[in-house]
Amino acid sequence: MESIEAELAGTRMFRNLSPQHIRAIAELGEEIEFVDGRALMIEGDPADAFFLIRDGFVALEIQAPTGTITIETLHNGDPVGWSWLFEPYLTHFDARSRGTTRAIKFDAATLRRRSAEDAQLGFELMRSFTSVIVERLHATRLQLLDVYGGVAVS
Amino acid sequence: MAASPSAEPLTPALGAMTPHPHRVVSRRRETHDTWTIALEPLPGHELPLFAPGQFGMLYAFGAGEIPISLSGEATALDPLRCTIRAVGGVSGALCALQPGDLVGLRGPFGSRWPLAEAIAGDVLIVAGGLGLAPLRPAIHHLLSHRNEYERVVICYGGRSADELLYMNEFEGWRHRYDLDIDVIVDIAASDWHGKVGVVTKLVELAAFDPENTIAMACGPEVMLRFVALTLKARNLPSERLYISMERNMHCAIAQCGHCQFGPRFICREGPVLRHDEIEPWLKVPEL
Amino acid sequence: MTGGGQSTPATGATVVIDRGALDDLLAGISGQGYQVVGPTVHDGAIVYRDVRSTADLPIGWGDEQDGGRYRLRRREDGALFGYAVGPHSWKQFLHPPRLRLWRAQRGESGEGLEFIEESTEVPRYAFFGVRSCELHAIAIQDRVFLPGANPDQSYAARREDVLLVAVNCGEPSGTCFCSSMGTGPKASSGYDLALTELLDGENHRFVVEVGTERGALVLGGVAYRLAEDVDQHDAAEVTAGAVAKMGREMPEVDLRALLYANYEHPRWDDVADRCLTCGNCTMVCPTCFCTSVEDTADLAGEGAERWRRWESCFSVSFTHVTGGQARQTPRSRYRQWMTHKLATWIDQFGTSGCVGCGRCITWCPVGIDITEEVSAILANPAPPEEAS
Repeated sequence: MESIEAELAGTRMFRNLSPQHIRAIAELGEEIEFVDGRALMIEGDPADAFFLIRDGFVALEIQAPTGTITIETLHNGDPVGWSWLFEPYLTHFDARSRGTTRAIKFDAATLRRRSAEDAQLGFELMRSFTSVIVERLHATRLQLLDVYGGVAVS
Repeated sequence: MAASPSAEPLTPALGAMTPHPHRVVSRRRETHDTWTIALEPLPGHELPLFAPGQFGMLYAFGAGEIPISLSGEATALDPLRCTIRAVGGVSGALCALQPGDLVGLRGPFGSRWPLAEAIAGDVLIVAGGLGLAPLRPAIHHLLSHRNEYERVVICYGGRSADELLYMNEFEGWRHRYDLDIDVIVDIAASDWHGKVGVVTKLVELAAFDPENTIAMACGPEVMLRFVALTLKARNLPSERLYISMERNMHCAIAQCGHCQFGPRFICREGPVLRHDEIEPWLKVPEL
Repeated sequence: MTGGGQSTPATGATVVIDRGALDDLLAGISGQGYQVVGPTVHDGAIVYRDVRSTADLPIGWGDEQDGGRYRLRRREDGALFGYAVGPHSWKQFLHPPRLRLWRAQRGESGEGLEFIEESTEVPRYAFFGVRSCELHAIAIQDRVFLPGANPDQSYAARREDVLLVAVNCGEPSGTCFCSSMGTGPKASSGYDLALTELLDGENHRFVVEVGTERGALVLGGVAYRLAEDVDQHDAAEVTAGAVAKMGREMPEVDLRALLYANYEHPRWDDVADRCLTCGNCTMVCPTCFCTSVEDTADLAGEGAERWRRWESCFSVSFTHVTGGQARQTPRSRYRQWMTHKLATWIDQFGTSGCVGCGRCITWCPVGIDITEEVSAILANPAPPEEAS
């Protein structure tokens, strides 16, 4: 089984980081497993962790009066959670495992403190997560365009 | 393209603008606004076999005619099937047809999916919304000639669970061990337990060898552009991606001029086009 | 007066007939069963209608043409062909503006559906007075409608039997530019007969080049003599004179490459400010071929018809996809017309779509000039491809 360090170095979002930075992040990671229905994070909780999905299926959900709405699902290789980077450091959505999900959990609170001391580490983290956020934004915009629906009647 | 077997000669030989009468033999509702109808020709009006990707011009008596891709199996054993979404006067009339009703059909027209070119490699199928319909004959061909191909991956994206096509068939496909198939929706109802997001997500997750894959994609043009970007990021060469394009058509024989896309007539050079050849034209707004 | 006893000339021969024999020529043509159409003065313009004798032709008429301007004027001589082309082209006869393709009958209670095609019985036309640019235009439309798996049967039937009597221009108009398009002013091929009108005072005669056997045949009964050096010389002078008087000029550059590289040129915005998208250019252009199909039904719902009619790419609904129109702006539609005519046409059919007849310039209400638009783009083209 790959060490967490080796695994991070192989991901798209972290592959350009220096080995020291990768080690700094990996040190704060631990393997974790979620059974079906278990929440990785709950809306409103302090955003003190983020996850990297190794093998599984995570649904981002929001609880509406009419029931649970799934906004997006995340899969192998996807990071879960970026609210830890920005004030007020509060989780915005529920993230719930469908089926069993094996992931790596990172101590985001400590990582925040380390970034305050090591500006380069902070910059690299910000850059990595920004690229993920940009990808998600593109995908969300495509979702919003509702390309399959909204047909003009001729 | 095989000629229809043991057909009586067309009686009489009709010009390319004249429909051949066909009878609706069955009709199945796919979604709230989409139906699949199956057609059989009246005696003497058998058309040549449609290849996967090709389309016909379907005429509703008195209402008009629209281009519709073949969505059934492209063999002599299956009646001609097409999937139609009711978005206007003609398509609405076609969707209201009942078994026994008569329609006109001309065809087949246009280019076909590159199933021969894809032999001995991986095949990636990416469909969005109604775009699954023109790909369905290609999927059937791949499955009935399965050992000619390596990995076969199908990525299907739709608006929501109740707007997906052919879900009964999908369940059968999901259980095949020799097929990698997945579905994703933009908007999830509370009883949807599958993936949620855009179809490009499925393409990111798909397992295929970019150096030995032919990709075939069909769906709204915006979705196709995003898919092309995602495949570029996965190093699939642009000349190995084929897309099916859409424009309005009146004649389908490159004489009325409506379907022109730059120098190409979508009815003749298309609808299936190789992405690298049309990429510069796709970039011209309002071409 | 007749050439009784004279054998018809050989194909490839050049003969001379005098002004008086022209009526014999027209009689000879209709005697062979042709319906003759040719230039006539009507509604203040020179348009193609039935011609029975030379009296129907625009004798002594000339024209003045410029961007958005067309006027007839009285000449001081009795020239029969002293003008350039008018708003009509021959495409209205070969590719009619409205054509029924078929009728459909539905049997009672849904039993049976029959499609009855229109018969392809068509008039046997003789086009009298076809200019070189028009011969090229006909050849260009031949490439649109005849090749491939689905030739247009109606066009083919009309085209097969048509007799083409060409006229070599002596009087190009202010908007003509066939020289720079390589399509005239002299007819070089594709005709059955080609006439050059020579007027020196009393000696009003026509040099006639015999292009085909069919052309030779209609000269039976027409008095002629073989052309001599002086006749050939005088005819050549007419052509040289026409070249010198050409009204406009298309820059002789690789138009395809120029337009393919300039889809986002600011000139398109400039012309869009002027273009009314009225579609006149497409109606008068001898090569524009776009059509729309109209499916109709009778009130009882038992009979239906399909008609084909001329259409213009300037219509806002000409091109659409699911969700709306694909060319919403006038800018995109003018660009489509011009780049099709001069560039993509070459990829589609192997030749330019433009024959330099100048009709689009004359009949544009605001006088947009295709040669000027090309020049403007050429003067300041986009930098070489910065491909992604």
